[in-house]
Amino acid sequence: MAWYYLEGILILCGINVMVVLGLSLLTGFTGLFSFGHAGFMAIGAYVSASLTTMLHWPFIPAVVAGGLVAMLMSFIIGGLTLNLKGDYFCIATLGFGEAIRLILNNVQTFGGARGMASIPLKSSLVAVYAFVIIGVIFMWFLIRSRHGRNMVAIREEELAAQAIGINVFRYKMLSLAASALYAGIGGALWAHYLTFINPAMFMLTKSTEMTIMVIIGGLGSITGSIVGTFFLTFLPEAFREFADWRMVVYGAAVIAVMALRPQGLLGGIEFSPKGIIKWITTSGKSKKAQVKTPVEGGKA
Amino acid sequence: MLKVRDLNVYYGGIHAIRGIDIDVNKGEIVTIIGSNGAGKSSMLNAISGIVKYQGQIEYEGKALPQVAHKVVQSGICQVPEGRVIFANLTVHENLKMGAYLRNDTKAINEDFGKVYDLFPRLKEREKQIAGTLSGGEQQMLAMGRGLMSSPELILLDEPSLGLAPLLINTIFEIIKEIKSMGKTILLVEQNAFKALSVADEAYVLEQGVITAKGKAADLIKDPKIQEAYLGKK
Repeated sequence: MAWYYLEGILILCGINVMVVLGLSLLTGFTGLFSFGHAGFMAIGAYVSASLTTMLHWPFIPAVVAGGLVAMLMSFIIGGLTLNLKGDYFCIATLGFGEAIRLILNNVQTFGGARGMASIPLKSSLVAVYAFVIIGVIFMWFLIRSRHGRNMVAIREEELAAQAIGINVFRYKMLSLAASALYAGIGGALWAHYLTFINPAMFMLTKSTEMTIMVIIGGLGSITGSIVGTFFLTFLPEAFREFADWRMVVYGAAVIAVMALRPQGLLGGIEFSPKGIIKWITTSGKSKKAQVKTPVEGGKA
Repeated sequence: MLKVRDLNVYYGGIHAIRGIDIDVNKGEIVTIIGSNGAGKSSMLNAISGIVKYQGQIEYEGKALPQVAHKVVQSGICQVPEGRVIFANLTVHENLKMGAYLRNDTKAINEDFGKVYDLFPRLKEREKQIAGTLSGGEQQMLAMGRGLMSSPELILLDEPSLGLAPLLINTIFEIIKEIKSMGKTILLVEQNAFKALSVADEAYVLEQGVITAKGKAADLIKDPKIQEAYLGKK
């Protein structure tokens, strides 16, 4: 495998990890399903691409600005929809994602359906993984903070969370905003890797793809989300020679994981050096102990 | 202590609570009895800020905020219907969650002691995962968690729901003990006989309207109440 090719896949992995991390916070830790995150990606991509091509902003501020605008948008969307319960919120996000795409399709400033071309190629492996590492560290500490635990409480039992005095709306909002920021940055990095964007890239399938990665990786696990993303980004590449059939393999793999491991690859478990050492030292003992130790690191 | 005036709750076109007035005095157990769908839970949810309402609710002379977490801050705590607990946490962790808004470690530890005295079963199962408790134990845990927020007023929603008769007796004994700790209780119940026998004041709620009120000891003798709710002719 040529390095150039591998590098490309790794960059795509990094970009997907960025988006999936955010979605993991929203879906895996707060319990809200979104099918509109392609919309936030689109906002991040278009804003940052406009800044670098039209206003000649440097790359990093443009990417951050893309993320922040996506976050700003999430406050509006969240304010309108976060009072909706379960499925209704899901449908509302779906509508949001499609609305963003259709607006971009019809606004000629951003190229309409033709999209935007000649975006500078700036998303190098180093740049992308710098964002990813900062993103992972921030998320890791967010989940372990009081705020993160409040989100988990909402996921576990919203009414009980309310009854003990957690401001449910505020923490749902915070979760959505953080996930939109990550999606926006991911979208911005994507734009500056592909150097071309058009609205068709941000269809419902993109949102679904991200959600599948979260679920396959395992709800309630950051490392799981990362593993899931790498797995599902590499999978279609590994089966390149199957041509059109590779998406069938992809689908079969998703079904297989769900059937054999409904909690996802690492559902509710975190990889940590400590957990791995414990797992190795106890793996000879009873199966019960084996299951118990990795949980320790990631018990929410 | 709690003064509810002209409370109205709407669910879309359905007028679930139709202008009711309720007074709760400090240190009393006040019960709201009524059949399924009479609006008992809606009323509690309105007080605790979970559903939107029209009307005035005053608590300790001040208007009660309409947002759930602020209601808890002002010293009212709801124990929701159907044992809503954190199933993946241990018993002890669940109780700890109850003290979410408090910083006074010393007083929290004292309250742990009080709750464990009140519910010895919870002490025995301190380290057990809450989801594996029996129905009655989960109800106790939900009540214990409520107490951990150190509330002045406790809103109990159907604590006897789905429990065996013997356990119901235990739960009502505990309700009396909570009262003797100086707490005020607003109890919503379908089990009218049990509720009336522990309560000081009682209200009968029918289709969103208060149809009778008075001392619980008087209501329990009222022939109309006996016929409708206590199964006597």
